[in-house]
Order: sequence, then C-alpha cells, then structure tokens
Amino acid sequence: MLNEKKPDEIIATGVLESLQNFLRKCAIAVLSYGPMPKHIAFIMDGNRRYAKSRSIKEGSGHRVGFSALMASLLYCHEMGVKYITVYAFSIDNFKRDPTEVQTLMELMEEKINELLENRNVINKLNCKINFWGSLDMLTEPVRLAAQKLMASTAQNTGLVFSVCMPYNSTSEIANAVNELCKERRDMIQGQHTGSCNGLTANGGTHSDISVADLDRHMYTAGCPDPDIVIRTSGETRLSNFLLWQTTFSHLQNPDPLWPEFSWRHLVWGILQYQRVYPYIEQNKTLAKKQL
Amino acid sequence: MLLSQSPAATHPQLPTSSSSSRRTHRSAPPCPRAGAAPAAAASLLPPGLRAESLPRHVAVVMDGNSRWARARGMPSAFGHEAGRHALEETVRLSRAWGIRALTAFAFSHENWSRPKLEVDFLMGLFERVINDSVAEFLRDGIRLRVIGDCSRLPASLQRTAREAEEATRSNSQLDLTLAISYSGRRDVVQACRSLAEKVRAGLLSPEDIDESLFAGELETSRGSYELLPCPDLLIRTSGELRLSNFLLWQSAYSELFFTDTLWPDFGEADYLEALCSFQSRDRRFGRRNL
Repeated sequence: MLNEKKPDEIIATGVLESLQNFLRKCAIAVLSYGPMPKHIAFIMDGNRRYAKSRSIKEGSGHRVGFSALMASLLYCHEMGVKYITVYAFSIDNFKRDPTEVQTLMELMEEKINELLENRNVINKLNCKINFWGSLDMLTEPVRLAAQKLMASTAQNTGLVFSVCMPYNSTSEIANAVNELCKERRDMIQGQHTGSCNGLTANGGTHSDISVADLDRHMYTAGCPDPDIVIRTSGETRLSNFLLWQTTFSHLQNPDPLWPEFSWRHLVWGILQYQRVYPYIEQNKTLAKKQL
Repeated sequence: MLLSQSPAATHPQLPTSSSSSRRTHRSAPPCPRAGAAPAAAASLLPPGLRAESLPRHVAVVMDGNSRWARARGMPSAFGHEAGRHALEETVRLSRAWGIRALTAFAFSHENWSRPKLEVDFLMGLFERVINDSVAEFLRDGIRLRVIGDCSRLPASLQRTAREAEEATRSNSQLDLTLAISYSGRRDVVQACRSLAEKVRAGLLSPEDIDESLFAGELETSRGSYELLPCPDLLIRTSGELRLSNFLLWQSAYSELFFTDTLWPDFGEADYLEALCSFQSRDRRFGRRNL
C-alpha cells in the first residue's frame, strides 16, 4: 500500500535508490575478485520480534520477512550464488500457538500461489524451486501448491531456490536411514529370489553403507553443501537445520532481525567467508581424503 | 600453566550477555533439558552464574594448539601439551560448578591427514593423559568414556582407554567423554549400518526406524550415557566458525559459543564467559516465548 508522497520526496527516494543500486553494483564488483560461495543457507529468524518492536500485527512480521527473502534471493542471484536454501518452517514450529501456525500456513499458501501465477518470470530467470521436508505434514492446499510449483520449475537449470518446510534435519537423516535400509533389504531380497543355483547371496551389503549412500537419500541430494549458513537475529544455534550438510560450512549470526537483512549484510557475510576461504578449503580437502 | 588471555568479546558475531534488549530473558529453560546442578556445587559458583540455568552437558572443540605453538616459535607438540593442561582445568571447573557431562573433541577423523609425527605424538599424549588421570578420576568421581573409530588407534591406547573406562564405570560426579578419531558423519553412518543389520536379521522393519530409535544407535547414547547425549552448550575455540564434523546429530539444539581464544589459553575466565553467554540465551526449541 503506497502512501501519498510529495513530488520532491519521490525524487529524493528515486535518487537514494539509484545511489544504493550503484553502491551495490560496486560492492558486487569488488566481491567478485574473491571466491564466491556457491550455496548460501539462511535461517530466517526474527520476524515476530520485528513485528513486536514495531508494534505491528505479528503476521505482518512474516510478510515483511517474505519481502526480505525475495530481495535476498535476487541479490544472491546478482552475485552469482547458484544455490540458496532457506529454513522457512521447522517441524518443531507446529508446537506453536495454533493461530500462528494457521497464519503461517495461509501465508505460505498465498505466496506459493503468487509464485505460481508468476511462473513465467521464474522460468525466465531459469530458477528451479524445491520444497524440502515432510510435505505430508502440510495442509493439503499448501502441499498441492508446493508440488505444483516444484513440477513447473523442475526443468530449470539456473538458480536453485530450496525452501525447507516443514523440516528437521534429524527427521531428514532418520528418513534417509529408513530409505537406505529399505533399499538394502529389497536388494538382498532381490538377490535371494534371483539366485537359483544354490549360491548364497551377498548378505554383507549392510557393512558397506557409506557417507555417499546416505547423501543420496537426503533431500539435498545433488546439491553441494552450503558454504555459508546465515542465521539472523544474533542467535547462535542451528536449530536442527542441515546438520548433515553444514559440517564445514561457515556459520554466521548477524544481529539484524530477518526483515532487516539487506544486501549490505549479505556483502559483509560474503567478505567474512572470503577471508577464511583458504583455510576452509584446505579442511574440506583433508576431510574428503578421509571419507 | 599459562594464564588465559582476557577474552575481549570483539568478535562481531558473538552474542554477549550484554547484548540487545530484543532478547527476552527466561527465568526457567523449557524442561526436560535443563536441570538443577547438585546443590553442593551451587555454593562454589563464581558470581554471575546461576546453578539452575547452567548447561547440563558442555561440549568443547579444542582448536588452536598448533597455532598457539607456532605463535611462540615452538613445535605443535608443545601446543598439544599446553592444551592438555587447559583440558584438565576445564574438567576441574566443570566438576566444581556442577556440570554433569563434558565432551571434548580431542582428535577428529580428518586429523588422520596430519603429519605422521604429529599424529603419533598425539596418540602417545592421549595414552599418557588417560593413564595419569585415572587416579584423579577415581578420587573425583569422574566417569571416563572414549568414543570414535577405535580401529585406527594404536592397540596400547585402545587397551588403556578400555581399562580406564572399566575402572571409572561406577563414578557419577561428572561424565567425561573424549572423542578420539571421531566424526559426526561416521557416527551417523555406523548407526545406519547397525540398523540395516538389524533389518537384515529381521529384528525390525525399516518403517520402525524413527528419530528416537536412530538416536539410540549413536555412539554417544551407548551404555548408561543415554540420559545426556546432547550438549546444551558447544564451545569452539580459536575463532573458527564451524562445527567440523563434531556432534552432528547431537548438536541440533545446542547453543554454540565461538571464541577467538586459542585452546591452550582457554581458562576460567573464558569458560565463565561462555557459561554466562549460555545463561543469557533464549532457548525456544522452535516454540515461542509468551
């Protein structure tokens, strides 16, 4: 909703925005001299506190948060970051007040439908959208909308935007283990029925389960591990987000609440990452040797 | 023993106990994770610490020994010896302040890539430390456990560790876990293998595998340690901002504390700062404060 503005206010705003755009492009040019992260993950914390601090309705905090998300997505894309993952809703969040959960579900449904309406723009950006999590826990309209959006962007090969909702890393790992055990059991049963000449089947398949096998069954299969994990609002914990995948990720916890997160904070975060990049890469290489 | 550097909380991203008013204070952390420290220890607490909001289980990533030694122009062995003293001090303080469990990341699976000389030195150091400390553990009621991929450890270290675990089994003041040749991902993989084997043997079906069943297969949940497998607070020294394959599953809800102090310099003041920071954290576990 736009407020009525005087002409000179509009001009001032326009000049300010142009200046900001110029500064942003300068910052991107400087950053591009260093190694750019391929994958950034965001824990979008602080929407409710934002609403409270500005004395607005709680649901509005999440709405402003959504705008911040779209902006961050575009800034990341501008900087050449290919994979962006966000923690939109944790399975633990279902324990919240039912009214808040309902509001969040409705907001998610509304925003996913908005994205569906604009899928031409998304396809033009060549953006693939994933929804990672226990989708069967979502209400039906949200789940259907999410599945539809995933299907309509599945063929895109550019930016990969993954939304974790409702998600828990421990559920993801337990689910991967479940699937892997099923796969092994089916493989063994297949070998038993297939071997009809008296030779015993190779029952030792359980002992060669490896990190790569589990990787295949994670929601994030095919996606590189996050280089940076940014949790806004200053909290320093992962809250059950991508535990398997963030082993060597650079963890950052800037103070701004999520709706306040802007391209300046993103640039700062990437600069921090570039500062420690040689050391991180060295560790990753050593770790891969030991797998 | 060297005095610890005074830890100026200069790191721009560390939440400190005097941070913004946006963070609300909770008088009681959500149960069942918090518990009261033994009453006797409360009187030994330094000012600023409240017994009822101390973490029950603290994990430490003891990073920075080599850098500490290099800064003094000494070989890394010198840093590791100094690190040993820092660990002993942390164990002593944990016990004094009523912390129930302490897990220390002594040697990660990735560390096997280090120069053989350093690795051999570390293996010898671990053996000496465990041997020398058993008497003290028995006196102070500390129960020792070693987790990690034992198969790569020298036979003598494996034997020493097993004997020390056996000797201290009935102690109950403090559970000390040393993670040697440990990797969070490998812990998850071995739990997966163990469950796959049970499925193969027909003891359970894949559909039975849920989070709690899985958690019970992790190394940190073995034996009688199943009560406190998850650290409430995870401290990493030397300024590195990552978990590096430590307690992956178990640190899902851990409060993380990063400090620039190198491990050999980590002392009472640094530990106090970490615990005060923990006390000021607003642990919501996905819920809302009201």
